[in-house]
Amino acid sequence: METAIAFWNILKKDIKNYYLKPPNISWGIIFPLSWTLMQLIRSPNMEIIELLPGLMAMSVLFGTTSMLAVTITFEKRSHSFDRLLLAPISLGILVFAKLSGAVIFGLVNAFVPVVFAAFFTDLSGINWPIVIIAVILIAITSALIGLLIAVSVKEVFEAQTLSNFFRFPMLFLCGLFMPIEHLPAILKPITFCLPLTYGTDALNRAIRGSSIFYPTFNIFITLVFSVLLFCLCQRSIKKNWIL
Amino acid sequence: MEVVSVTNLKKKYGEFLAVDHISFSIKQGEVFGFLGPNGAGKTSTINMMIGLSRPTGGHIEIFGIDAVKDVKKVQRIIGVVPDENNLYDEMNGFDNLCFCASLYGISKAKREKRAVELLEQFNLTDAGKRPFKTYSKGMKRKLTIAAAIIHDPKILFLDEPTTGIDVESARQIRELILHLKNQGKTIFITTHYIEEAQRVCDRIAFIVKGRIVKIGSVRELLENTEQEHKLKLKVAGSLNELSGELKNHFQNFKLEILDENSLLITSEERVTLSPIIRWLDSKGILVYEAREIKPSLEDVFVKITGSKAAQISGKEKVEM
Repeated sequence: METAIAFWNILKKDIKNYYLKPPNISWGIIFPLSWTLMQLIRSPNMEIIELLPGLMAMSVLFGTTSMLAVTITFEKRSHSFDRLLLAPISLGILVFAKLSGAVIFGLVNAFVPVVFAAFFTDLSGINWPIVIIAVILIAITSALIGLLIAVSVKEVFEAQTLSNFFRFPMLFLCGLFMPIEHLPAILKPITFCLPLTYGTDALNRAIRGSSIFYPTFNIFITLVFSVLLFCLCQRSIKKNWIL
Repeated sequence: MEVVSVTNLKKKYGEFLAVDHISFSIKQGEVFGFLGPNGAGKTSTINMMIGLSRPTGGHIEIFGIDAVKDVKKVQRIIGVVPDENNLYDEMNGFDNLCFCASLYGISKAKREKRAVELLEQFNLTDAGKRPFKTYSKGMKRKLTIAAAIIHDPKILFLDEPTTGIDVESARQIRELILHLKNQGKTIFITTHYIEEAQRVCDRIAFIVKGRIVKIGSVRELLENTEQEHKLKLKVAGSLNELSGELKNHFQNFKLEILDENSLLITSEERVTLSPIIRWLDSKGILVYEAREIKPSLEDVFVKITGSKAAQISGKEKVEM
């Protein structure tokens, strides 16, 4: 019960202090919306449903990696993160609470293009349970990558710069812009080392009905990535922040 | 009863030895001061005790709990005021206190009641609804202390609690520390303000270059330094012309004319005043005030740390 109180209050504080701030709300709405419009203008003959998996994955990736990296770096700089490290809660619960805020933010981001698409096309054929699971898993892995970035840097701007270093190559290699089978052979092994590849593939199956792997395999692999990244984050925090 | 026991504690950052095999203990209800210059190893020591840093070697036990292995158990019974305020700028005072209480699993009703009580105790009730970032430095410090005791810890760690704040706020914080001591709290305080340590601490450890060079109660530390007796005389009349004659006549004393009308007498033996007064009287100079000068903790600190610091740096040179 005591752990639940601490967990809930950390999550509530993060949502109130960071995610519900006007600049972040506008980022969460404007960014996915502008990507959607950009893609529609670029490919006017394309069905919006064809674009949806990529837009959702991109919105989650950008929203979660930057937000968690920036908020944690900010808290480290202002020493308020030390306040959390001094609390009698396990590091796992602390990481989980910080992660939950970013995941919720990512989920909201992901569904902005969906709401937009609902005005133009029929979404009844979409396998929503798989979509929700895939979006949550993409959000978890992206947020954990954001956390790993936060552990490695000291300044907020460094967190943003380093986020882009991971995000853009992931976007181009995960099959969003170019089908994986069309990628040069040398890049394919890297593609299959990226959690976003499996999350996007699961979204493709749930929304467009085509994918490389079965959804269960994609979900399993993304779960494995989530667990590995979670353990890696805890290890990095212990190593870098509890000196 | 000893509630904190530190044995052979060591901390290395790369090749730099920040804390060098220190050992000490703290009794229940005691205010224990850790006094040393900047970079002496005070914060490194406190960080190891509170679980924000891992010792390179040694053992820490707090209320019978191994503070290295069971960090989270220890964190439940300790309160920490770090050298930098660690509350949230955007949140108001009341919400900051409630949030800190929630980290210890305290229920909403209890934490709100406790936050109101603490705001009142720390004279911050009026500022309770203002964002933390609008507080003065002194107010921020007081709220950080309030946040550290919101869960009623058994022992409170204060790292440089009055550094960088105004005189009045510093005085209020010292009063708060003494008030907490009277409530039976055990307090570990690091400071580089000697006067502060003398005012609030029961026992003090001097730390220089990562080593404890002296440890004891304030009285013990002062008594050990009282090897010299100092007496200051204030006179009516000028002493300048008598300087040479005075020194010749009282060769067993070290005499120093501080200004035209005051004289400092230093001696290893207790100073007998009457011959000096009589001699000055014969020269037409009237002594109207004689005051014994007791050594301050600052004298003790300079004496101990000065010599020890030299010894340590000397040893390092030999080792190189």
